[in-house]
Amino acid sequence: MNLSIAAVAHSYGDLRTIERLDLAVEPQGVVGLVGPSGCGKSTLLELICGLLEPSAGTIAVGGAESANERLAGCAYMPQRDQLLPWYSAIDNAGLALRNRGQSRAQARESAAALFERFGLAGFEASAPQDLSGGMRQRVAFLRTLVSGKPVLALDEPFAALDAITRGEMQEWLAAALRTDPRTVVLVTHDVEEALYLADRVAVLSARPARIVAELRAPHPRAADRDAAITDPAFVAVREEALRALHGGSR
Amino acid sequence: MKRWLYPALLIGLLIGLWQLASSTGFLAEVLDVEEFLVPSPAEIASSLWENRSLLAENAWVTLREIVFGFACAVAIGLAFAVAMHLSETVRLAAYPLVVASQTIPILVLAPILAIWFGYGVVPKLAIIALVCFFPITIATLDGLRSVDPAAVKLMRTLDASRWQIFQRVEVPTALPSFFSGAKIAAAIAPIGAVFAEWAGSSEGLGRLILLDNGQYQVARMFASVLVLSAIAIVLYSLLALAERRVVTWR
Ligand SMILES: Nc1ncnc2c1ncn2[C@@H]1O[C@H](COP(=O)(O)OP(=O)(O)OP(=O)(O)O)[C@@H](O)[C@H]1O
Ligand SMILES: [Mg+2]
Repeated sequence: MNLSIAAVAHSYGDLRTIERLDLAVEPQGVVGLVGPSGCGKSTLLELICGLLEPSAGTIAVGGAESANERLAGCAYMPQRDQLLPWYSAIDNAGLALRNRGQSRAQARESAAALFERFGLAGFEASAPQDLSGGMRQRVAFLRTLVSGKPVLALDEPFAALDAITRGEMQEWLAAALRTDPRTVVLVTHDVEEALYLADRVAVLSARPARIVAELRAPHPRAADRDAAITDPAFVAVREEALRALHGGSR
Repeated sequence: MKRWLYPALLIGLLIGLWQLASSTGFLAEVLDVEEFLVPSPAEIASSLWENRSLLAENAWVTLREIVFGFACAVAIGLAFAVAMHLSETVRLAAYPLVVASQTIPILVLAPILAIWFGYGVVPKLAIIALVCFFPITIATLDGLRSVDPAAVKLMRTLDASRWQIFQRVEVPTALPSFFSGAKIAAAIAPIGAVFAEWAGSSEGLGRLILLDNGQYQVARMFASVLVLSAIAIVLYSLLALAERRVVTWR
């Protein structure tokens, strides 16, 4: 399912967060968004998902423009994992199915296969607060996958993790997207992460956000991450992105 | 261990001091009253034992009033809290009324209710429910309103209906607050029961205290108070137990 954002603007009262932003994502394409802190990245994801309405411009998810249709087409992974502490890991992962009227047993059955595949087997019944940071992020990501929606809006999925876990999680997400491709908008403040995971990276300016550069990633979701991110082509694009980022925030 | 030992030691110490002060006649001298008006803990204990069947009979009456009055308060308090949470109109309209309900002096209201409804159980339930529903309503409403907006957003992207958001996010979030309110209510319920019985009743611990007051049966008054406290402590402990069983994620 494709996503298109045309001339979108948004403000919270007097605070202008986004200014005339255009962005198109082809079906099953992955676009990374990087930008300075507080520039409006999360706001843009909420706009895409139909949680907010733009004050100008249009956002279409698979051609549908209304907020409700956008909500139906997009799965959102919030900045903090937002696992509900009163549900077990697997019940958190299956929340979308439960909300659509499936029984607890059905939802668990559907989520269980993914738990197996993503190295979470054995932790189905664990409380979220008993899981490690990396596991929590994986459960939160599974929750977005299980919802079965064609567009994924991921808000800094690995920001809370240490560097090593983070690299592992990036490889894990790359693998997940290789086997189960979706249209993805990935927000991160880590240029390297964006360039490794996305096909294209849009660099945003400081608030109000607009796109100051769009870069094509040389080796999106390569199986060998270490080789990919040390490749000279990758390093060159990363430097270009960093320059755009620092220029845009000044 | 310390949870039981420390309060037991403190209570033991206070009782010891009291025993000493009253049996030496020191308290009566300081207060400048007859010695039989200042019973020692030992005298109270023997009064408790000698009057056990009388106290048990009256305690049973008061216990029933407290339990049913408290149950009414929970039902009314929850209904108010939920209605005030779901509808801003109801919240704005009812909030001043809920607060005002606590400014009614029950010493004034209790006799009026006794005149209207007689010596039966109805005015007692009304008074107990009136003092108990306030902490339950306010605490539960605060709990419902403390819901993390990000969790609600997440649920919306997971296709949750308003009802499902209520059931799966708002209710679990509010449960600890509800229990706090209910525990406060449990501790003050016996006070309501005593006032209600003073205004007009033919049985109950409050009524017994009133009679004993007229006859200078000070030791038995203390015994009644002890039984009342025991009722409150048991009710409180049951709620704390229920809270631990229900709110497992804290
Ligand atoms: N509900 C809101 N009401 C008013 N202002 C808001 C609201 N949410 C966010 N803002 C403000 O809008 C601006 C953009 O916020 P947003 O969360 O989109 O930024 P961000 O790029 O995601 O930041 P970060 O890198 O810290 O996640 C910030 O200045 C923030 O303070
Ligand atoms: Mg953000």
